[in-house]
Amino acid sequence: MDWQALILTLKLATVTTTILLVVAVPLAALLVLGRSRWLAAVEALAVLPLVLPPTVLGFFLLVLLGPRTAIGREITALLGHPLAFSFSGLVVGSVIYSLPFAVQPLVAGFASVEPALVDAARLLGAGPVHLVLSLLVPLARRSLLAAAVLSFLHTMGEFGVVLMLGGDIPGATRTLSIVLYNQVENFDYAAANRTAAILLGLSLVALAAIYAGGRPRGGRRA
Amino acid sequence: MLELALHARRGSFQLDVECRFASEWTVVFGPSGAGKSTLLRLLAGLDRAESAKILLDGRPLTHSARNLALKPGRRQTSMVAQQPALFPHLSVAANVAYGLHHLDRLSRATRVEEMLELVDAKDLLHCRVQNLSGGESQRVALARALAPQPRLLLLDEPFSALDGVASDALLVRLQHWFTARRVQAVVATHDATDALATAAEVALLREGRLAALGPADEVLAAERQRLLRRLGPV
Repeated sequence: MDWQALILTLKLATVTTTILLVVAVPLAALLVLGRSRWLAAVEALAVLPLVLPPTVLGFFLLVLLGPRTAIGREITALLGHPLAFSFSGLVVGSVIYSLPFAVQPLVAGFASVEPALVDAARLLGAGPVHLVLSLLVPLARRSLLAAAVLSFLHTMGEFGVVLMLGGDIPGATRTLSIVLYNQVENFDYAAANRTAAILLGLSLVALAAIYAGGRPRGGRRA
Repeated sequence: MLELALHARRGSFQLDVECRFASEWTVVFGPSGAGKSTLLRLLAGLDRAESAKILLDGRPLTHSARNLALKPGRRQTSMVAQQPALFPHLSVAANVAYGLHHLDRLSRATRVEEMLELVDAKDLLHCRVQNLSGGESQRVALARALAPQPRLLLLDEPFSALDGVASDALLVRLQHWFTARRVQAVVATHDATDALATAAEVALLREGRLAALGPADEVLAAERQRLLRRLGPV
């Protein structure tokens, strides 16, 4: 068992999920409450990683964050090292790649809050931040949980973006998915089975937690 | 004094209202679909009109010619709709305190108790809103709307869930409170009894237009005559 890869994977998923919730909550609120016609384009951009092949996204990010672009050079000058082939680079890639998995449940949850409640809060002087924190987030807490768990799991199982952007550096960018790939490539099916079982088990436990949290006590037909 | 000139289109429905509400208690009366709720939402700043000018005591709340539209929370305006829209995750006390974040904790608690007492709901202070009846919910919604001490209060069929006696007693108490604090109220209703009970100024709205504006008995008597004429010769 590659404990280093497991710890790195959990660390990557935790950091990515935390950043995603900070980014996705205001973004989802803007998409639900905003009136600008540009929001359709913003939503399309946020959901784009869902349909984009991970390797394509990873390649774009690799080029964008590399020394060929001004952004890449600025980031390298700022951090003292390029983002590509580093843990920070993986975090950036994971945040972009998993963004739809955080935004979409939150958009659905916020949109299900009764408009009359939002109107009442606005009339009582709630500004955008207060409105989101005091009304939308508490009333859509199951969506928040779903967004967190889906982001976490999606990041844990990520392969294409990680491989393109991070490569396979032990302790820095080698996640469980890369380990699994290497094990299969080396025909070490016993080890691959164990790695895959860990990823499968973690996914099942997290999904069961979401469904248990969202299930009425008396059952759905109660 | 509330002066308004509103022109708004909602699909095939057109609202055109230009008038001045001078009374402290104006009842906007008219059948369902006449535009009462649309009018109240425009006054509250929750919806936008194609052209709008709303002045409250000479102060512009909306003035589309000047590209001015104060946000709902900055208009010193509160609204209670037919559905009370209480925040389900908060207690009664927290609901009433929601618009009081500018006050310190003690003042907030005192104001919450005062408002609940005004609407005869002080014993509900620590209740969960899920456990309230329809009438209790409307009282709490009223207390929540009054708590920030608005200059303009908009009530959209607010007493529909209260029984007649309770509703009348509450109306009388509220009117005294409004007079003492110079709060102007605009009450939308399709119930002529509500309009007559308050002996107030009545604005009669029909198909998005102001059909009449004046003392309640005069406007409602004229409307009764109109309806009788439509029935044909007796």
